[in-house]
Amino acid sequence: MSELTAESTVVVVGAGQAGGETAAELRRQGFTGRVLILGEEPQPPYKRPPLSKAYLAGTITEESLYVMQAPQLEKVNIEFRGNARVTRIDRAAKQLQLADGSTQSYDKLVLATGGRARLLNLANADAPNVFPLRTIADVQGLRAACQPGKRVVIVGGGFIGLEVAAVAAKLGLQVTVLEGLPRVLARVTVPAVSEFFERAHREAGVDLRTNAQLASLEGSPVTAVTLTDGTRIETDFVVVGIGLIANTEVAQEAGLEIGNGIVVDEFARTSDPDILAAGDCTDHPSEFLGRRVRLESVQNAMEQGRVAARTLVGKNEPYRTVPWFWSDQYDLKLQMVGISAGHDQIVLRGDPATQRNFAVFYLREGRIIAADTVSRPQDFMFAKKLVAARAQLDVAALADEAVPLKTLAS
Amino acid sequence: MPTLTFIQPDGSAQVIDAASGQSLMQVATGNLVAGIVGECGGSCSCATCHVYIDEPWFARLPPADEMEQAMLEGAVEPGPSSRLSCQIQVSDALDGLVARIPAGQG
Repeated sequence: MSELTAESTVVVVGAGQAGGETAAELRRQGFTGRVLILGEEPQPPYKRPPLSKAYLAGTITEESLYVMQAPQLEKVNIEFRGNARVTRIDRAAKQLQLADGSTQSYDKLVLATGGRARLLNLANADAPNVFPLRTIADVQGLRAACQPGKRVVIVGGGFIGLEVAAVAAKLGLQVTVLEGLPRVLARVTVPAVSEFFERAHREAGVDLRTNAQLASLEGSPVTAVTLTDGTRIETDFVVVGIGLIANTEVAQEAGLEIGNGIVVDEFARTSDPDILAAGDCTDHPSEFLGRRVRLESVQNAMEQGRVAARTLVGKNEPYRTVPWFWSDQYDLKLQMVGISAGHDQIVLRGDPATQRNFAVFYLREGRIIAADTVSRPQDFMFAKKLVAARAQLDVAALADEAVPLKTLAS
Repeated sequence: MPTLTFIQPDGSAQVIDAASGQSLMQVATGNLVAGIVGECGGSCSCATCHVYIDEPWFARLPPADEMEQAMLEGAVEPGPSSRLSCQIQVSDALDGLVARIPAGQG
């Protein structure tokens, strides 16, 4: 795939962090041809993690979300076109069709199409006061609604729902969180950690309800929600944080191989030699996990974006990473490394029932495969090393807070 | 407009006229400085923006808070002049600052 020349055009579809990082890395790698990013939103590539945290809280500006400011993009000759939705890939002609009727040719194409917020499948789900949270525009609408004293119902007790709950509670709103499963964060962590966060939110005044099945949204704008058990909760607005749908349709219609996302190899190559893909939209092989996976994380977006760019310039550097995630809620910093699914043993360091900081280690056959830490950044950094090494450790030492993790990681 | 220098492990340097008000990490990533990743976007969660700051600028910086110090301990090759560049706000007072990038980051 090293046939790029100074006359080549690389088009990146998607202006999230995978797209932005692909373009940036192409320049870092010395590619001098044309680099064009097409984004559906008006903004240049920007960082999404702060959307549900500092940007919603109003403590940072929109511009500070941008991966590169306009003069910086210009300086390194990365072209950005906003409000540009690709509707079709003509692989034979190596040409894109856009929603506005225009076309764009490419020599190499990188699909960094990310995903979109999953919406509620209920009447009035499209009401003007029902907010998903995926884009700057979503947050701008939501922030205007976040006035002290207002009531908000948040659907979903995952990262997005809980981060929004924390910000809204701090802003002085009356917050209700509805989680359909028996506990929050059920998809990503163990009951002890879920219980810890449930308690933290309740202590902050959030009305957090688990096993709460939403039955209907009343009115448009929505004035109340009802649950399947008949409970009715009046509200001023609704936030929906129930997951992400990978944007794979255009790739699928073009005949690219699709699994749980756009299928790529460890070099970010799709089934078409002229098309690569990176970020939330990809189904990629993970050496660490020993299986294919689709990850929704900024780390994956950036690292896979860099791999795609390096593949394009002819470097054979496979994507090998240990996934990690984080979430900021109130004064709590949750950091997670590895994927805990499949563990057969849990080791606690500290007590989540009584402390505001602790770590949980997940082991399989005696080896560490994942860790969650809460407000223990130092333990997290060493846990990252232990998980990457799939370390086999003395469980008693791992649980003993008197033994610094650093000494186990060296 | 302060001028900042980023030096790679191989000794190559990038000199950048930076805008005040951004973090050192934002200046680096916005100008494609290799090895400064800033995965977490500046929330002190990843330590992929770790740099060594030369004197006299290191001594002029507000000291690292507890969170930053804890993250730095587990960063790539931490040293006495280590800082997370996302926690450093660029201002005219830092004109001439030299930041060195650790080998094997990013």
